[in-house]
Amino acid sequence: MKETNKKLMIGNEAVARGLYEGGVNVVSSYPGTPSTEITEFISKYDDVYSEWAPNEKVGMEVAFGASLAGKRSCCCMKHVGLNVAADPLFTLSYTGVTGGMVICVADDPAMHSSQNEQDSRHYAIASKVPMLEPADSSEAYAFAKSAFKLSEEYDTPVLFRMCTRMAHSQSIVEIGEREDFKGYDYEKKPWKYIMTPGNAVKRHPYVEERTEKLAKLAEDCEYNRVEMGDTKLGIITAGTCYQYIKEVFGDNVSILKIGMINPLPTKMIKDFAEKVDRLVVVEELDPIIETHCNNIGVKVEGKSLFSNIGEFSQQTIREVLLDEKSDSVTADSEIPVRPPVMCSGCPHRGMYYTLAKNKITVLGDIGCYTLGSAPPLNALDSTLCMGASVSGLHGFNKAADNEKNTVCVIGDSTFMHSGVTGLINIAYNMSNSTVIVLDNSITGMTGHQQNPTTGYNIKGDPAGKINLEALCHSIGINRVRVVDPYNLDECDKAIKEELAADEPSVIISRRPCVLLKYVKHEKPLVVDENKCKSCKRCLKLGCPSISFKNNKAHIDPTQCVGCNVCSQLCPFGAIGKEVQE
Amino acid sequence: MATSLMIVGVGGQGSLLASKLLGNILTAEGYDVKVSEVHGMSQRGGSVVTYVKYDENKVYSPIVTEGEADYIISFEKLEAARYASFLKKGGKIIVNTQEIDPMPVIIGSASYPNDVLEELENKDVFVDDIDALSLAEEAGSSKAVNIVLMGRLAKYLGIGYDEWINAIETTVKPKFIELNKKAFELGYNYNK
Repeated sequence: MKETNKKLMIGNEAVARGLYEGGVNVVSSYPGTPSTEITEFISKYDDVYSEWAPNEKVGMEVAFGASLAGKRSCCCMKHVGLNVAADPLFTLSYTGVTGGMVICVADDPAMHSSQNEQDSRHYAIASKVPMLEPADSSEAYAFAKSAFKLSEEYDTPVLFRMCTRMAHSQSIVEIGEREDFKGYDYEKKPWKYIMTPGNAVKRHPYVEERTEKLAKLAEDCEYNRVEMGDTKLGIITAGTCYQYIKEVFGDNVSILKIGMINPLPTKMIKDFAEKVDRLVVVEELDPIIETHCNNIGVKVEGKSLFSNIGEFSQQTIREVLLDEKSDSVTADSEIPVRPPVMCSGCPHRGMYYTLAKNKITVLGDIGCYTLGSAPPLNALDSTLCMGASVSGLHGFNKAADNEKNTVCVIGDSTFMHSGVTGLINIAYNMSNSTVIVLDNSITGMTGHQQNPTTGYNIKGDPAGKINLEALCHSIGINRVRVVDPYNLDECDKAIKEELAADEPSVIISRRPCVLLKYVKHEKPLVVDENKCKSCKRCLKLGCPSISFKNNKAHIDPTQCVGCNVCSQLCPFGAIGKEVQE
Repeated sequence: MATSLMIVGVGGQGSLLASKLLGNILTAEGYDVKVSEVHGMSQRGGSVVTYVKYDENKVYSPIVTEGEADYIISFEKLEAARYASFLKKGGKIIVNTQEIDPMPVIIGSASYPNDVLEELENKDVFVDDIDALSLAEEAGSSKAVNIVLMGRLAKYLGIGYDEWINAIETTVKPKFIELNKKAFELGYNYNK
């Protein structure tokens, strides 16, 4: 590279770099796509304390504590994680900060890896906290670097909004040096930090005053800018939509580019509106900017033109504003879909197969294992949010009249996040529920993060290790057993016995994720074509290694890790290790 | 107008390393570059796509939409057909002829269309098909399919061979450099 301080960075790395240079001291987050890499990149800086918290609420409260102690802090989460952390957020707005505090939240328009498409900008408005939103990695870096000063100057946490395209797109960033921030001395301020009604009543007016001051800042700040071009069309936009507009129109359009989403400017928008013939707001998801324009009496077109569903692209802009369709060629054949699947050798598969075979109703949770809902396993009946499988199972069992035939499945990390509180409810309010913890010794779906059950911290160093069996026992669950999900008979026996038992139980289905580096893969299995009777029973596992070729089962040697689950299913003994000749 | 590339394939085939290599070499060549990719394990086994765009002037959008791609580098045959509509007129598809059955095919609810590349060629689409899996195995690992295909792409992009080798040396882990250089060479020099 020609200049060493220029680097191609994904948006999340740029945020991490900006926070680092801005002097962040403490970062506590729970992983969640597309926010995870911010904290992963921060963990590479040895002069910043970083950690994976059990959930987002804990992460935000850790960041609060660090700010209270006078240091600069941050917590990062995906959009639905902010729901979990909403409780501290709304009152942090009242307490404000001592050391600057940044809350990174990553939305997922188009739901690449999420269960809903909520727009976190509503949280900024509802909690009365300023929110920044960059449009590329370079801005992500610059905004993040400045966010602590904004936080300290206005005595407020700062929300930092990313979205999938921003978070996972790389563009060039010119990096700088870390600010030498020593922190502020701790000072007891009960009027500001003890939010009893008596104190909070006095803090609320402060919050309203602060919003007014921030609204003034919004009129003239580094985050919002006008780019005047052709004045026939004026567009108000933010985030990646800005890039799509520039791609289509270049300089042949006037743009009011918003970088501070809350509070929004008023005079700036009115002035801009006067200079252009037609005014359009381009924003993904909900009409936040449009509603503000309506509230201040500026006439705009927005959601009458653009959808509030999914992601946009330059194609969207061309179609809507220029009425141009793309010109393209396609193959004639129908192309079958290729959904993500559980990996070859995934330890969840054996347990799911057993549950499906026994026609058990299964309340599911959030993680790789949600993929068990897909054909051919079709093993799940519900997926709502982190931890909901356990509490939902209790409700299901309290309400259901039929014979006990329902369990829930939850991953080790999700159980730590918010499953354990549901289990406490099962023990306390005494439902005869069977909880299956799919313990693959890692947070899988977000790309292998450590969690309280793994025994390692974010840097991979030895850390405290929560013993799941002891935890369940201490809650009051007497029946806790561990099974190996590669052993189908063991899974079958455990499910049947625990469902028959007259008290709550926990089955820990334990085997590490097959993609973990320390997991040794066995030699691939082979099908003896003379023994294979084409019964297709092995295909019921939904293993991506097993297909049907020339009317016989075939195992792909480049994918198979020799887990031996399929060989237990074959009634003809046709699947086994290759015999050396 | 930026040059637009798409790397498509099946989650787990190593497209992230390919896009990293491309990003590094294009940045080193002094271009403005944007790369948009898929992260995390959640796309394992699913259809994945990475966009790479570069230009001497500023690149704005990080993504590629229908009718825009100058090159589609497909790690798997079916995926080339899935994203063919993203190719611009006169664009090129470089495709590994390896077939990986998607789950609907495995469970028998759909069939794998065998003639998709011919169908595209019949519509005047430029298709450079290559058995990258065999070449990767020849280089020493089936995992090197990604670099074999980068070698093939290098024939078209107009960036010097030595620059690619330099980029490989700075991008991949030291113990895999020789393997990947070999894979790159096999893709680059492949003759049908």
